[in-house]
Amino acid sequence: MNVEKTLTFPVKIGEDVVRLRQVVRAEAIAIGLSLVDQTKVITAASEIARNTIDYGKGGDVTIEVVNTSGRRGVKVVFADNGPGIVDMEKALTDGYTTGGGLGLGLSGAKRLVNEFDVKSTVGHGTVVTLIRWKA
Amino acid sequence: MAAQHGVLTKILAKSQGDLLDAWVKEQKGVLKVSSQGEAAEHSRKFIDGLRAAAEADQLGDINGGAWAQARQALTDISSDQALKGATPGETAMFVFSLKGPLFAALAKEAGKDTDAFAREVWASTVMLDKLGLYTMEVFQKSREEVIRRQQEELLELSTPVVQLWSGILALPLIGTLDSGRTQVVMESLLQEIVKREAEIAIIDITGVPTVDTMVAQHLLKTVSAARLMGADCIISGIRPQIAQTMVHLGVELNVVSKANMADAFALALRSTNRKVVDRTAKDKEAAAIKAAAASAAAGED
Repeated sequence: MNVEKTLTFPVKIGEDVVRLRQVVRAEAIAIGLSLVDQTKVITAASEIARNTIDYGKGGDVTIEVVNTSGRRGVKVVFADNGPGIVDMEKALTDGYTTGGGLGLGLSGAKRLVNEFDVKSTVGHGTVVTLIRWKA
Repeated sequence: MAAQHGVLTKILAKSQGDLLDAWVKEQKGVLKVSSQGEAAEHSRKFIDGLRAAAEADQLGDINGGAWAQARQALTDISSDQALKGATPGETAMFVFSLKGPLFAALAKEAGKDTDAFAREVWASTVMLDKLGLYTMEVFQKSREEVIRRQQEELLELSTPVVQLWSGILALPLIGTLDSGRTQVVMESLLQEIVKREAEIAIIDITGVPTVDTMVAQHLLKTVSAARLMGADCIISGIRPQIAQTMVHLGVELNVVSKANMADAFALALRSTNRKVVDRTAKDKEAAAIKAAAASAAAGED
């Protein structure tokens, strides 16, 4: 997988989520994602960014334009140094929340993208990676 | 302190006017033409203030009481410039442009005493740099004030509740729905429901670019609160891509929803037992009945 372009900035407050959405939208449009796919990847990124702020105590996001065997996609990686996810299976279950939300963020974001990966170490932090490929 | 600024104090006492004239001339090169008139006025006040500080022997401490007038002049020009949209650089140059005329005056006054000249230039540079930084701080504060006010205005502007018909309210949402916005939206909607005795509230989300779970949750809270006040809600303006995304996300809005505001309004009218009729069609119908009656009457003759 080749990386064509990389952009990193912190996500710590609500305004950062708005900025992230704008950046992801711009990259998604640039590689020619359809309107539905744009909306999906933006919503997924928004969802995870919110988690990074609410549960991970803020972190960094990296947005990449990637390609592999002629296919292009938008990759978004969130990394925080928060408390980590204790029970991954539960965290990925619809409707499970520890923070009073709808409990659909992580599981919902997973359904909105093509590739989804969560790595979490309790006490050290969480890294969430998502990719949406151009169909 | 007096030794440090001895010459400057003397200059201010002796040729304050000359210094001011030279400075104002200097500013012509660095300030926008539109602000030069005011700048000259502020400069005069600033030099007055500087002299007051010098007379009180406080030139070294710009936070001192004797500096009040000079600081006020700087505050005025900084906020003035910030409101006019000047760059921070232009604003800082207002103070820094005093260096040229001031150093020239110092050189003239110190004459051959190069030690005194060097000492005075250094002391004045330190003083003017501090003043420059002070200007920047004030400039920054005024800018932040402008931004904060705009944010507040935006918050109020972007959450209007409008009455479409008696008992039917519409709430067109634009932008991101965060907790702060939701609070404002909910409050104004609930107040209007009570005030207008509304039965139906249409929440239009055409202008909401992204509906993630947080936005959805805020929407649901608003709808529940409206229901408790006795008003039913209709959500309109869910675009196709957002509908698809919400389905994948797993968000269910257990609310009546319509594709656009017009459909939502039609539904609202129906459920409050009202109907919109096409006048021309009705007139034609009436005319046809009349014509038929007339021809029937003619036939009887």
